[in-house]
Amino acid sequence: MIEWRWHLVWELAPRFVDAAGKTLLAAGGGYSIAVVLGLVLVLAQRTRFHPLTFAVREFVELIRSTPLLLQVFFVFYVGPQFGLVLSPWTAGLIAIGLHYGAYLSEVYRGGIESVPAGQWEAAKALNLSVVRTYRRIVIPQALPPAISGMGNYLVGIFKDTPMLSVIGVTELMHTATAVGAESYRYLEPYTMVGAIFLAISLPAAYLISRFEKWVRRTLGMVK
Amino acid sequence: MTEDMSRYPLHLEGDDVPMVRFRNVTKRYGPLVVLNQLDLDVSTGEMVTIIGPSGSGKTTVLRMLMTLETIDSGVIYVDGEPLTHMERNGQLLPASSKHIRRIRSKIGMCFQHFNLFPHMTALGNCMEGLVQVLGLSRREAEERSMELLDMVGLAEKRDEHPSRLSGGQQQRVAIARALAMRPKVMLFDEVTSALDPEVISEVTNVIRRLVGAHDLTMLMVTHQMGFAKEISDRVCFFFNGAVEEQGTPTKLFENPERERTQQFLNAVLDAN
Ligand SMILES: Nc1ncnc2c1ncn2[C@@H]1O[C@H](COP(=O)(O)OP(=O)(O)OP(=O)(O)O)[C@@H](O)[C@H]1O
Ligand SMILES: [Mg+2]
Repeated sequence: MIEWRWHLVWELAPRFVDAAGKTLLAAGGGYSIAVVLGLVLVLAQRTRFHPLTFAVREFVELIRSTPLLLQVFFVFYVGPQFGLVLSPWTAGLIAIGLHYGAYLSEVYRGGIESVPAGQWEAAKALNLSVVRTYRRIVIPQALPPAISGMGNYLVGIFKDTPMLSVIGVTELMHTATAVGAESYRYLEPYTMVGAIFLAISLPAAYLISRFEKWVRRTLGMVK
Repeated sequence: MTEDMSRYPLHLEGDDVPMVRFRNVTKRYGPLVVLNQLDLDVSTGEMVTIIGPSGSGKTTVLRMLMTLETIDSGVIYVDGEPLTHMERNGQLLPASSKHIRRIRSKIGMCFQHFNLFPHMTALGNCMEGLVQVLGLSRREAEERSMELLDMVGLAEKRDEHPSRLSGGQQQRVAIARALAMRPKVMLFDEVTSALDPEVISEVTNVIRRLVGAHDLTMLMVTHQMGFAKEISDRVCFFFNGAVEEQGTPTKLFENPERERTQQFLNAVLDAN
């Protein structure tokens, strides 16, 4: 029977706090890219320029149909063969940004399609330009229905950051594995990783649902 | 199938240029011909009401004028200029979006289901086009919006969101919002159809006050025959995508010439 060693936990704590920070940084950075990229993708899909809409739709399908791990490897290992040498961090952020950007574009699409046609027509009757119609009328209304999906993917991206350990990003998983290799202790490091993920995911999910209600109220969209 | 456009004038000129002119306008959805070579003029300051059976193309007429629908042939003129087309080297070509935006600024519309922006207050709804399209300062926009909210009797609801307004109030805000843009032509598509009977008069009273005031030209689709009779300068009876009969309210409602008009009016009277 292997016993739990608290002293190891205290010893490792500083390293894990640092690694947790990096995990959050990877999740936050990747998500920031995804949030913006998703918007670009969905708007590109809605233009009337068919080659563009076709290319973007195929790209989104491609990303959604292949594993994230493969995409991480692709950016990191295949990139250099085309002269694109990236640090693990840059490659990792690009890969998860692309991956989640594709998923978020679908969330946005759902949000945009939930805005009734009458809203577009009223905007047109007021002679609002297309850009202003998106910015002032459609996106604010597309947001509340999109928030829960956006929140799910925020938690999802956080949980997927361990994928970046395989290319050497020193986040939590990478740190736990390193500790295991140094000390031959696996129970404490991996348990700590699990506890940290849990301690962040659960409150995040709660805060997201609070945020969704707050946005709806702020936009005056509660009955 | 391209139409020979040379038979249409590039501009309307003369003493009695109508505010709105449909010339030979056809609209199809696939095989369905919704408007069939429609000719219709509306003079400046005139209130014209469109009545007719469901599916006869009444809404489509307004939507084409608001540029929410394209047309398949013919030309629509607004204030003497083509709306659907523009002049290039002495020829009428399909209008660019810039041209459409310029002419569209002369037209305002109110919808059956109001279509207020739910994330903006009553005041915000009215100010939106003034600030974002006309480029007014927020202060000027607020001032003008408040004048109109006051006119429709909703000044004290300025800070309410649409979800907290009754249908009649929402429609009055929608009218204020459209009028704030100072259009020359106002379109009303069954603006009382979605309302509870007891609040219909709130909205019709506002429209009543617009008639004669300014020289606003109005085109209204309605199922309220009494209101149409009372308020219109002219009533058009639509049937199968064309004007079957038109005339003063007295003539059309009391002495309809065409059999289809009589049948329609009898059916409507029976229903009431
Ligand atoms: N987007 C569309 N696609 C296909 N058919 C359409 C479309 N819009 C309207 N139609 C058809 O065009 C015809 C005319 O429609 P329109 O809405 O102008 O009728 P209406 O006279 O306003 O009728 P109602 O009194 O019911 O409002 C109808 O047969 C309708 O089904
Ligand atoms: Mg209709």
